[in-house]
Amino acid sequence: MLVAPLMVLLGQSSAGAVDTLCLPGPDKACIAGTLRTEDGVLPDVTITVTDEAGTAQEAVTSDTGKWSVQVDKEGTYTVALDKTTLPKDLDVAKSEITVQAKFGATLPALFDVRTSSYDASTSKVDELVQSGVNGLRLGLLLALASVGLSLIYGTTGLSNFAHAEQVTLGGVLGYLFVNSWGLNLWIGGVLVVLACAFTGYFQDRVLWQPLRRRGLGLTQMIIVTIGLSLSLQYVFQYFLGAGTVRVVQDNPSVRTFGSVTITNQSLVAMAISIVVLAAVGFALLRTRIGRATRAVSDNPALASASGIDTDKVIRLVWTVAMGLAGLSGILYALVVNGIKWDSGLQILLLLFAAVTLGGLGTAFGALLGALVIGLVVEVSPVVGMPGDFKYATALLILILLLLVRPQGLLGKPQRVG
Amino acid sequence: MDTIQGILNGMMRETLSPQTAAVAIAVIGLNIHLGFTGLLNFGQAGFMLLGAYGMAISVWHGLPFAVGILFGLGAALIFALVLGVPTLKLRGDYLAIVTISAAEILRYVGRSSLLSDFTGAAQGIPGSQYRTPFTSLSLFGSGSFTLWPFNYLDVAGGAAWVRILGWIVLVALVVGLVYVLRGKAGLAGGAKVGAAVVLGVLAVLLVFFLFPVPNQSTGVNGWWVRFVAWTLVALCTFLVFLLVRSPWGRLLRGVREDEDAIRSLGKNVFSIKMQALIIGGLFGAIGGMIYVLPASTQPDSMGRSLTFFCYTALLIGGAATIFGPVLGSLIFFGCRIGIKYTASAYIPDSVMNAQQTEQFSYIVVGVALMLIVIFRPQGILGNKRELRFDV
Repeated sequence: MLVAPLMVLLGQSSAGAVDTLCLPGPDKACIAGTLRTEDGVLPDVTITVTDEAGTAQEAVTSDTGKWSVQVDKEGTYTVALDKTTLPKDLDVAKSEITVQAKFGATLPALFDVRTSSYDASTSKVDELVQSGVNGLRLGLLLALASVGLSLIYGTTGLSNFAHAEQVTLGGVLGYLFVNSWGLNLWIGGVLVVLACAFTGYFQDRVLWQPLRRRGLGLTQMIIVTIGLSLSLQYVFQYFLGAGTVRVVQDNPSVRTFGSVTITNQSLVAMAISIVVLAAVGFALLRTRIGRATRAVSDNPALASASGIDTDKVIRLVWTVAMGLAGLSGILYALVVNGIKWDSGLQILLLLFAAVTLGGLGTAFGALLGALVIGLVVEVSPVVGMPGDFKYATALLILILLLLVRPQGLLGKPQRVG
Repeated sequence: MDTIQGILNGMMRETLSPQTAAVAIAVIGLNIHLGFTGLLNFGQAGFMLLGAYGMAISVWHGLPFAVGILFGLGAALIFALVLGVPTLKLRGDYLAIVTISAAEILRYVGRSSLLSDFTGAAQGIPGSQYRTPFTSLSLFGSGSFTLWPFNYLDVAGGAAWVRILGWIVLVALVVGLVYVLRGKAGLAGGAKVGAAVVLGVLAVLLVFFLFPVPNQSTGVNGWWVRFVAWTLVALCTFLVFLLVRSPWGRLLRGVREDEDAIRSLGKNVFSIKMQALIIGGLFGAIGGMIYVLPASTQPDSMGRSLTFFCYTALLIGGAATIFGPVLGSLIFFGCRIGIKYTASAYIPDSVMNAQQTEQFSYIVVGVALMLIVIFRPQGILGNKRELRFDV
């Protein structure tokens, strides 16, 4: 059901992903990079690319510091930077690097150019503040997706293991609309959310509501979500391949507040998340349909008996949840600068940790849980957890929490047994 | 004609490969979880990975092979305890969430470069580092042989119709076997088992008649590892048969159908679930060890997808049945490779390139999983009434 919009990607995917200077083809590869210091870009620096046989090609960085070289053989290339063409006060840590060229891909060759006065070490407090801000950012994005996950669980009792794919779908559609079709980012973003919300409506219409009517057990429904997740993953891989694609081409501009560095896109993404989450919260607390949703989430049978059309509420919940997941996906793709077929899967664990931490089925619990999980994941490497294991901390919290307070922070105990 | 023969050959090679047997063993374990006890374990690949790591790391670091196997089993046992203690008293989805997360974390940890002295990071441990003790146990000596020297090439000069006829007979035999096992052939007791065994043996002989695969006796992917793998599948199936017809097996079913009823009989439901989780996990660990013997121990090869394949195989064959896991695994791996080869043979490259046929086959798997659960939750061999359970 989600294949149709993606079909269009096929013809267009070759035009995406890279800077316009050099396009890789089926028998061509590109090696490219941007030379910059912490102060700005470096024009007019000579770069030499040498293949295994010793044939050399030269490139000079442009006004924006960019350079690229096209090669027509796969294999190892040595990329060397001519130090004499660097401005006087600059130095490069390693002036020769090797790159494995592969057809159809642009390989980055990055040089670490620094002014002599640059000091790479930062204080622990600064690191904490920076990772705290990153954590807040991750938490807000997780919250967008997990509120929907939690509401679906609350209203239907279903743990939707395909929720992560909806996050990926958001990013992938963003790539399609903005990068491939060249739409304005804002218009593209709105379209992404609408398209994802439609997939939610559609899914409930053709899949979940009929299954509820048939009286399929929850265990079986969970396995259906697993099947959906599996096929969506491979649908993404089918059209995108295994690489990362970007929603926008340009490198994001960076802003500095005190010791915190953050991209403009991240700032906007955080603002959008906060506004949307506040709107969802307001709707849940203050509007009729929101109250109905909370009633169904609390006790579907009772809500139905008191005249609430539960099917309508559930349909709305699916629609909104998928729209939010899509929004989370495109913002995630903008913030981490790219989306991959398994990007969503990587945060599935965090989503479930967040939802369980807050209390399965409670929307505000999911919000709280997501913020906590986001902070923990980003801050834990600073306080000594090896970076590779930062997701493991989320699992650790999940297991400890289930031991002491299985209903989560805001959940009610009768739900869990 | 050659294309079809090529596809059929490929399907048979995949179906008989030791890795199919390995997954079948893991599915047998999963059947104890999902089929008999109603536990939603989404981390079976994690159990497999631990079994594989336990064996591979121990042997790599110079410990004896038997100790390696014990380490693998021990790791799976601890994993089951860690996952079970916090979740088995709660609703079923908590186990699902924790197992899928924990299996993923194991994979991340395995990939981490911090542990590359033990796990070989993302590259994994090459099979040559731990395979030798296993191959040196071989009873088959060196050289190579064809299992069943009499094959289709000896009849009518190997004409295509011999093979097609053989295929039809083979499919008929398998269908007959399914009928006998489902008890629709009007046989019971000894006659049923006898008929099943006769049909099964005939089917296997026919397979080797149709697919004369000469293979190394002992090498990486030779007869020895196949023999051990499929013997283990048979042993595990028999073991599960004994387990589930014991009083303990009835308790498992009782927990699946109605926990409270079992609790009211004074049984400790938590402990029964834990035992089931551990035993199924140990089968998973054994499967993992077999899985890596002809390959390398790579964390990414035992990720979420593998768990989902186990689910698909189990549900094709039929959960809560004895032979379902084995039948399901054979069909799953055979059909998936069949779909892939058919797509790459008949769909032009401009529509679907070689890479995409692989992904296409997995998309079909996912859709098939959904359709099976919705339209035939009991699978091929199962009993619909047995699967009305809920978490």
